Amino acid sequence: MYRYDEFDHAFVAERVAQFRDQVERRLSGELAEDAFKPLRLMNGVYLQLHAYMLRIAIPYGTLNSKQMRMLAHVARTYDRGYGHFTTRQNLQFNWPKLSDMPAVLHDLSTVEMHAIQTSGNCIRNVTADHFAGAAADEVADPRPYAEILRQWSSVHPEFSLLPRKFKIAVTGAERDRAAIQVHDIGLHLKKNDKGEIGFAVYVGGGQGRTPMIAKLIRDFLPEEDLLSYTTAVMRVYNLHGRRDNKYKARIKILVHETGAEELARQVEVEFAQLKDSELKLPDADVQAITRYFALPDMPERPEGWESLARWKKADEDFARWVQQNVQPHKNPDYGMVTISLKPIGGIPGDATDAQMEIVADIAEEFAFDEIRVSHEQNLILPHVALADLESVFRRLQGTGLETANAGLITDIIACPGLDYCALANARSIPLAQEISSRFGSAERQAEIGELKIKISGCINACGHHHVGHIGLLGVEKKGAELYQITLGGSGDEHTSIGEIVGRGFDPDKVTDAIETIVNTYLGLRLDPSEIFLAAYRRVGPQPFKDALYGSAAEAA
Amino acid sequence: MVDKVLTANRLTDGISVWLDANGQWSTSLQGALVARHPEAVAALEAIGKRAYAENKVVDVNVIDVQETEGVLWPLRLRERIRAEGPTMEYAPGYPIADPKFIDA
Repeated sequence: MYRYDEFDHAFVAERVAQFRDQVERRLSGELAEDAFKPLRLMNGVYLQLHAYMLRIAIPYGTLNSKQMRMLAHVARTYDRGYGHFTTRQNLQFNWPKLSDMPAVLHDLSTVEMHAIQTSGNCIRNVTADHFAGAAADEVADPRPYAEILRQWSSVHPEFSLLPRKFKIAVTGAERDRAAIQVHDIGLHLKKNDKGEIGFAVYVGGGQGRTPMIAKLIRDFLPEEDLLSYTTAVMRVYNLHGRRDNKYKARIKILVHETGAEELARQVEVEFAQLKDSELKLPDADVQAITRYFALPDMPERPEGWESLARWKKADEDFARWVQQNVQPHKNPDYGMVTISLKPIGGIPGDATDAQMEIVADIAEEFAFDEIRVSHEQNLILPHVALADLESVFRRLQGTGLETANAGLITDIIACPGLDYCALANARSIPLAQEISSRFGSAERQAEIGELKIKISGCINACGHHHVGHIGLLGVEKKGAELYQITLGGSGDEHTSIGEIVGRGFDPDKVTDAIETIVNTYLGLRLDPSEIFLAAYRRVGPQPFKDALYGSAAEAA
Repeated sequence: MVDKVLTANRLTDGISVWLDANGQWSTSLQGALVARHPEAVAALEAIGKRAYAENKVVDVNVIDVQETEGVLWPLRLRERIRAEGPTMEYAPGYPIADPKFIDA
């Protein structure tokens, strides 16, 4: 993985010192809140319902065991012993004191971590496929390009005060595991007929109150033009993006109002000016960055094939975990392991300091010291020998990290919701816990198959409800919580925005409604291989409306 | 008129606080000073502005409450959760919000 150079170290150290001074001046009263607020936000410090919240960047979701142990240390020393992994591959602490914040950021800087650009109207943490560099179906590793974008966008003077925040995601496989079509810019790494690396460029996707699927504005952008073309997009957005209305300020609105074709034309005009400028990526630089992300030296471990089959036969729990949480690696002797942060009835994305330490230990011993955070709020060990899977599983057992539910109905995404968030209108976590408990039996989950439930506690959609196969949006109606259900959303290479199925449900009726939807699906699917999303796309909403509201239900 | 109390978050640690009858910022809603007429509300607002200007607290708000049998109960769910903390078990050693208070 990428290692800081002298510039990176000096830059982060300077920012920590600068913020330490700002916090001291704030606490002494020298700085007023109005002046301080934008400064703290630039360093990832929010004020939530109960306390300050610190959002720490995990660039493209990649970290090592040393960094994970530091997160555990921060959780233990400055927080309440846990952290929350987010849908943007970041980590949030819910209870740090403002007076401790400089110490936290200093500690993080010793392991090359920070909270810069995790808030504000700037280019946020660049996200990527959590299986990057390991997936068998990958054309190229997206992380070197995400790193190039990170370096380019960090405190970029031209793009630090955009009309609104800006999110970029990169995927390196046809199977989109980074939800690129619901990002401001989505980059799909691909090869052209000549075998050259480039990008399909999608612009103007997003969720929130106005969900939009990004438009393809360039089918193949040569690798060397990554920064010049991205700069061109940013310039068009910075110039024409709306600043008069916060709710219409994202690039998705500009794309929608301008039209993708016209916007692409404007980008091409800018790009023509920039194409051969200093922004052109030198091949040597790309190669240098790419070397940081080279596969570890992975010895042949063919013995895993035989022993894996034997272990699976002997232990049903292990077999289920392998079946659900281990994916094929590009090296056939290895697998990619998902460590579920969705224990049955638990809080999606939360991990205690002890759990973080366990993951760090396992990563160091069995996974070449690499850990990823997925946007689905799980942790990934991208390189584990099949021969070591049994040992890894044994280490996870009894820690709350061994749940075999990746991609199943209990692998629920949920934002912090009204239990923490100052913007939320309704709770997300207790609802996720109730649904998880209702469907928690392994047999029932297996029968239902792949089904992604995503829950947001407000229209900002941090819980990605728009792209949930079943999405739940909490709203406040007459002072009480109410949940809208959407069906048919998807955040993959066939992205779709879920459709509202009908009137909302009271909190105590939602899980029953989910059960009705699931039972309806089980009754109409062609066979067990037809997953919920495929069945919904085949039959549409009506059978579900009928089941939820009666056969006389009208289209919502 | 709906009863009101003054709430904010403490500057140093961000913890939710309420103004009590002694003029102190308390971490308990139940000791909060209740304003029952417009002049008292205006006084609360003035105190809030001063505390904000003096850098003691941030995010200062006057909120609606109902007092029943000596228990102060915010009308908005958001404020009940602020008063009681998260409504699910989230960390060992930290109490869970009372469901009766939250959902009543």
